[in-house]
Amino acid sequence: MPGSVFSSEKYREKLDSISADVLKNVGISKGFIIWMGILFAALAVCIYAYSLQLKTGLGVTGLRDVTSWGMYIANFVFFVATSLVGMLISCVLGLSGAKWVKPISRIAEIIAVAFAAVAGLVIISDMGRPDRLPYVFIFGRVQSPILWDVSVVTTYFVLSLLLWFFPMIPDLAAAKDKLQGQPKFLSKAYELLSFRWNHNEMQYKIMAQGVRILLILIIPTAFAIHTVTSWLFAVTPRAGWDSTIFGPYFISGAFVSGTAAVIIAMYFYRKSYNLSKYLTDSHFDKIGKVFILVSLLYIYFNINEFLVPGYKLKTADAIHLGELFTGEYAFLFWGIQIFGLIIPVFLMLFRSIRKPLPMLLISIVMLAAAWLKRYIIVVPPQAHPYLPVQNVPVEWVVYKPTVIESLVTLASILLVLIIVTLLSKLFPVIPMWELAEEEAEKVLKET
Amino acid sequence: MASKKKKKELTGIEEILESSRRDFLKKVGIVGAASVAGGAAVYSGYRFEKAKKNEETVKVLTEDNRLVEIPRDQMKDYKPDLKVLQTRGREGIPGRRWVMVIDLSKCRNARKCVSACQEAHHLRPYEYHINTLVMQESVSTPEYFMPKPCQHCDNPPCVSVCPVDATYKRQDGIVLIDNERCIGCRFCMAACPYSARMFHWREPVAAVQDQESEYDVELNVPQKKGTISKCLFSADRLRDGILPYCVSACPNGVFYFGDENENAVTNGTTKETVNLKELLEQNGGYRLMAELGTKPRVYYLPPKNRIFEFEKGPETEYKEIT
Repeated sequence: MPGSVFSSEKYREKLDSISADVLKNVGISKGFIIWMGILFAALAVCIYAYSLQLKTGLGVTGLRDVTSWGMYIANFVFFVATSLVGMLISCVLGLSGAKWVKPISRIAEIIAVAFAAVAGLVIISDMGRPDRLPYVFIFGRVQSPILWDVSVVTTYFVLSLLLWFFPMIPDLAAAKDKLQGQPKFLSKAYELLSFRWNHNEMQYKIMAQGVRILLILIIPTAFAIHTVTSWLFAVTPRAGWDSTIFGPYFISGAFVSGTAAVIIAMYFYRKSYNLSKYLTDSHFDKIGKVFILVSLLYIYFNINEFLVPGYKLKTADAIHLGELFTGEYAFLFWGIQIFGLIIPVFLMLFRSIRKPLPMLLISIVMLAAAWLKRYIIVVPPQAHPYLPVQNVPVEWVVYKPTVIESLVTLASILLVLIIVTLLSKLFPVIPMWELAEEEAEKVLKET
Repeated sequence: MASKKKKKELTGIEEILESSRRDFLKKVGIVGAASVAGGAAVYSGYRFEKAKKNEETVKVLTEDNRLVEIPRDQMKDYKPDLKVLQTRGREGIPGRRWVMVIDLSKCRNARKCVSACQEAHHLRPYEYHINTLVMQESVSTPEYFMPKPCQHCDNPPCVSVCPVDATYKRQDGIVLIDNERCIGCRFCMAACPYSARMFHWREPVAAVQDQESEYDVELNVPQKKGTISKCLFSADRLRDGILPYCVSACPNGVFYFGDENENAVTNGTTKETVNLKELLEQNGGYRLMAELGTKPRVYYLPPKNRIFEFEKGPETEYKEIT
């Protein structure tokens, strides 16, 4: 096919120049080793905490018969939520033809892969008998939402991993000879993983088709994982969980926490890998606009979720909403809604705020708020069951997360940081060939 | 000559020795013969007894309803193994639909149902299969006591959500939990509107004592760390035709228990058997939170015409045992 971009001289030139920029920071460096050392040392402490839980039982946590799902489940919901952003950026925006998402699509996939993978581990940490995990597959019953959750989270993880890896093959082929001062195994691994890619026209065509199929498949899967996760609560008759809009409410919330995570990753990749040429201010501006949109959507669902039962005030709902609006959780609830949602949206309306640093700060606040939001979705509805809680020790009545529980939760965040660092440091984080293609196309059109 | 003399002298000594040896042998002989005779007697007696036992047989009805005869000495006490316990525990008792009626007008919070249950199922004082609660519908209505076991719903939310079939509904209406199967996800606890379920957050209180016993799913003993436990309607007692632990322990006649198919329930205290439908009809029987559609198998009779003062009694403080 003469005249095609991939066989042109310009494409090769662009690919060479981009890979020179991107690959400068790929590989094992001193900073990388120190950072990983810190992460693993902290992880070791958390694993020790988990070993205590294995030995003594879930009694080492603050969980008891009244509040039997706590920080672990909230954290699980948060992880599934955040992983959803891969679908939003790469699939929804990518398929609709938004070209600007190209340099951040791989970042979004890294976030998706890391959070989906760790979500599976988080849920195991909540099990009373983790040794019986295989029972879910041996004796699994189709009518249990847990089965649906296990299957879709696994599927989503595999699809996201493919969507991260598959479009990276040309980059690996281009990069395998250009790694300088790096151990041999890395270029060997690149060679192995690039599957003898030789930048031939046909290969690009097949890949374009394959990626398109993945992009389309991921959309329903991603919707499924978080809808099903919301159903873990919505299928029960408890006030505060017994809601028909939990699916879309969770999905819109997922876009918020995921976008926040991607912006944080963008900021640090740009800073530590010197990628400001590729992750430009304009990218922060545009993703800031996406952030406004998804946050408004989430505010809309929040209004539905709280105003409608709040208007009727059915007995059990009234108790639950009372706790949130004016009771024990009022401080958290209003803090999250105002400082974690409404004020950030208002601030981001200004162009001067949609710059890397302010966006980073806003994203950190909103991500923290997103985590706490999951906590107040999971915990308070259990504190006031339909029948009174009586004749039990005081630990039964009030849920207070323990240090061990917090450390096990911290482990999941450390694991995400480890995965996110590994994937971005050992492999090119910017889709080099896609940018080269775009630039070459531009040049060819002009001439 | 000298040697002959010597020999003679020796003979004298030998004679003495000889006589004592003969004497000794004689004694040994007597003892030996006696023991042989005795042994033979014991042995023949043993054979006789054995032969006699072999002849004695017993008539036994087999599982497939055949009357057979077997030698008495070949009889062994039957101890069902785990597999048998699991299988029959899942099937339930054919032809039965167990039902419980709790008369709130009689409950005085004696909590004997609670302690009998905890003793039978090896639980701590604050771990409940059945708990008696102080209830009050609104500030203008009086307080009353309400024993709350598992409601053994006919549309059980806990069974629907269980991912591994660890909790299940039997043909006789009982909802059971198999702690050999439970993965400890606690989805059933989240789904139960009656807060009927408990979890073993630590090693169960009788873990060491129960180490050797075979797990009976109808008693849920031994209890296991990291798994769910709950009221079983005393399925083990029902198999033997005995009223549940809580029902028999109540001193105030609060509990009725029986078979819906027979339309008869028996009061655990008075042992009086009454017509179920009439009992519910004449006393305004109802079920807890019927609007949720769970269809409980436990009925309540309202706390009307109470013949005693409502007395809460001193508050017991429960301390967690770790």
